[in-house]
Amino acid sequence: MSETQLIFQLSQPGRSAVSQAPKALADDKLSAIPAHLRRKQKPALPEVSEMQVVRHYTNLSSKNFAIDKQFYPLGSCTMKYNPRGANRAAMLPGFLNRHPLAPETHSQGFLSCMFELQNFLKEVTGMKGVSLAPMAGAQGEFAGVAMIRAYHEARGDEGRTEILIPEAAHGTNPATAVMCGYKVREVPVGKDGDVDLEALKAACGPQTAGLMMTNPSTCGVFERQIEAIAKTVHEAGGLLYYDGANLNAILGKVRPGDMGFDVIHMNLHKTFATPHGGGGPGAGPVGVSERLLPYLPTPMAGQRDDGSYHWIDTDTLNTSIGHLSAFMGNAGVLLRAYYYARSLGREGMIRVGEFSTLAANYLLKRLEAVGCTAAYPDRRASHEFILTFAKEAKELGVTAMDIAKRLLDYNQHAPTTYFPLLVPECFLIEPTETESKEALDEFVDAMAAILEEARTQPDMVKEAPFTQPVRRLDDVKAARELDLAWTE
Amino acid sequence: MPYIPHTPDDVRAMLDAIGADSIEALFDEIPAHLKAAGKLDALPEGLSEMEVTRLMNERAAMDAGAVSFIGAGAYQHHIPAAVWEIATRGEFYTAYTPYQAEASQGTLQVIYEFQTLMTRLTGMEVSNASVYDGASGLSEAVLMALRANRKSKSRKVLVPTALNPRYTAATQAIVENQDVALDSVAFDPASGQTPLDALKPFEGQDYAALVISQPNFFGSLEEVDALTDWAHANNMLVIGVVNPTSLALLTPPGEWGAEGADIVVGEGQPLGVPLSSGGPYFGFMCCKQKYVRQMPGRIIGRTVDMEGKQGFALTLQAREQHIRRSKATSNICTNQGLAMTASTIYCSLLGPDGLTNVAAHCHANTQSLADKLTAIAGVERAFSAPTFHEVVLTLPKPAAEVLAALAVKDVLGGVSLATDYDMPNAVLINATEVHSESDLDLFAVALKEVLAA
Repeated sequence: MSETQLIFQLSQPGRSAVSQAPKALADDKLSAIPAHLRRKQKPALPEVSEMQVVRHYTNLSSKNFAIDKQFYPLGSCTMKYNPRGANRAAMLPGFLNRHPLAPETHSQGFLSCMFELQNFLKEVTGMKGVSLAPMAGAQGEFAGVAMIRAYHEARGDEGRTEILIPEAAHGTNPATAVMCGYKVREVPVGKDGDVDLEALKAACGPQTAGLMMTNPSTCGVFERQIEAIAKTVHEAGGLLYYDGANLNAILGKVRPGDMGFDVIHMNLHKTFATPHGGGGPGAGPVGVSERLLPYLPTPMAGQRDDGSYHWIDTDTLNTSIGHLSAFMGNAGVLLRAYYYARSLGREGMIRVGEFSTLAANYLLKRLEAVGCTAAYPDRRASHEFILTFAKEAKELGVTAMDIAKRLLDYNQHAPTTYFPLLVPECFLIEPTETESKEALDEFVDAMAAILEEARTQPDMVKEAPFTQPVRRLDDVKAARELDLAWTE
Repeated sequence: MPYIPHTPDDVRAMLDAIGADSIEALFDEIPAHLKAAGKLDALPEGLSEMEVTRLMNERAAMDAGAVSFIGAGAYQHHIPAAVWEIATRGEFYTAYTPYQAEASQGTLQVIYEFQTLMTRLTGMEVSNASVYDGASGLSEAVLMALRANRKSKSRKVLVPTALNPRYTAATQAIVENQDVALDSVAFDPASGQTPLDALKPFEGQDYAALVISQPNFFGSLEEVDALTDWAHANNMLVIGVVNPTSLALLTPPGEWGAEGADIVVGEGQPLGVPLSSGGPYFGFMCCKQKYVRQMPGRIIGRTVDMEGKQGFALTLQAREQHIRRSKATSNICTNQGLAMTASTIYCSLLGPDGLTNVAAHCHANTQSLADKLTAIAGVERAFSAPTFHEVVLTLPKPAAEVLAALAVKDVLGGVSLATDYDMPNAVLINATEVHSESDLDLFAVALKEVLAA
């Protein structure tokens, strides 16, 4: 593929896509703006034709992997099919043109969808209340930990300064705890992938505000001692936070609320099939148990006795941790999740956990059969599992990164690599319920071929990929000679 | 089974390979009494695409049909057809975060172009790949200023009362967890601006930053040069909060005062993103080069591959949570990739003249609307300062009452300032290039009728 020029390099003075904007106005129409506040030169945006723009960005899109094109077994990211119908429904003019501050008389359609989505999410998670406000998983985490803090403060319980986090946790967990003003204490994970319960007991105390964890864990296994963990944390006066990154594994099979969690966030861009969009937007609704209901972030949708819908905001819920954005979060993402929930219904929701787990266990067994090493061979896989290439790295000099890059040449997106940090040279693989058996088999064939290549021509594998728009990039140069914006 | 491809034969073959009797057997590590069987009964039956579409069509239609003059942080603009047709191509829509750079050059180059566009609009040196929205972006800017301002030990920031109160509220909700305080700077009730006089009480005090909103929540234009120079003279950083459309006409924050703003954030929605009930939008965030290591969020750099060919990659990742964990600059993980992609296409289609024309029409239409409405007896402009594309009017009756009566006529006549500013008769109105002369007249006629009733 050829090197694509930047849009700025296509620019010619005096060229424009004139039909895309209103005509110029006489300068006297701007006389109310004082000259000293006016911009001296027009901003140097590209001057290009409509077709140049369309062609440029269409060509750029072709340089991406995407679920619509490839298998994407990214662990803890749940790259499942994003239904096109959801996109069309969320882009209906009535939804698209509704101003976030439109009066309730002109918002009943939207509010009804949000109210029902809140209820669906309550039902599938077993929580007592849900707010859709957080705009991403990390903001959901923030809301959750801020609620834990608000809860302790409201009780005058002021010595709680620590959040406990298993060492396998996603990086947003410790970063979130710090954003909420807490210190982080990591809890070790045992050889079987479960939390070291004795270490947890030793770490818990009057300084414990809460524990953040996900179940199934990022080790790809169900935490079997979850009830003992909940009991330990609760007895110390802490609360239990559920990171919903892996909710897809248990959707319809077991509910965080029944496991003893006090607060959870859900990643709708994972579990509820909304698109990842090349890195966002997501949506990270939070669910809570009874005791955290007063602190939910606003606004939320409520329903009156006469059936009409209204907003619940800080004027009536003054104990809320407040607003996390200017308006009500990523509404368009929530509408797509609503579509997905209606499309699946009860039966479909139960099948998500079942078939994502079936796919992961099948893929694990097949990969083991072609010579891959499982990190937790004695455990059931959840909806994802970990392989380790420590042996290949040591004996052949071929690392997990090399294998990941070579997979791109086989038209397979690389799994999550080097996460969780406690397993050396690892892949975290999550196939999801929407991939066919044939797609899973193709991935196995690719991995078998690459392992063979690693033995016979390791130097080649170490230089992969060969078929992508670029070869491996110079990250050191990128960081040392910062070039973050184009200059002519 | 919607979206699940497996036939009964597939399931059998997969279970055989696993050595399990049933799918249920795969959940044998979950304690039986925790299982959810029977607990989802309140969920409705699944629907076909046609059925969900019909349902959502009905819901969407309930909210359609009014003519709106509400702004207050989210604005109606014409969005060229190509913007979302391209942004929702599966290759952008269903791609993951560009961690595998070789397989993500499309997304990465778009972000690099976006960063470039933002630096040119704001007059700043660097931009990140976007944050959630303008309001949460301000909270990130406040935390960033605390880290970046080496001359200050303060955990306090000055925030004008004339800043969008929703920005203040969200920022407060986020930063108070780290014991950061936001102190208010009053506005002049005559002009609707934040005057230097209001800063006098803070002179010589230790604050990490001063927030300057241009235009401010009332639509009024602030004397940004004087405010910026005052902040720098008092060892504070300047955080500019700006409307991106207005930047086609107004001095970019990089040129405010003698040294320019230090950090700039704003709501990116006006650049090609639909109102969509409040999101997904995106916050843009720019800063001076010297502060780039304190900036949160993703940043893309231009580099070369092993053959010397141009390529793009995530850079300065040592600031981010997936590397630094508890020592990261923020917990932010996603950006608002798709909305940011749309805005990049939007800015390219409009170009310098197009965006300038959009801004000029917004300004002129709002002036014209204010003239038509203030011709009605008892309706007056609340403030004397020049404005961009929003104006505060005072009405002879309580705003809430008038707005409710207008809504019955399918005219959404702005936002009441009763709660946030204790100005019960004041409304904030906005017009943009999408409003025709007849839309403006419609508002004027409706308001006249409502006030006469």
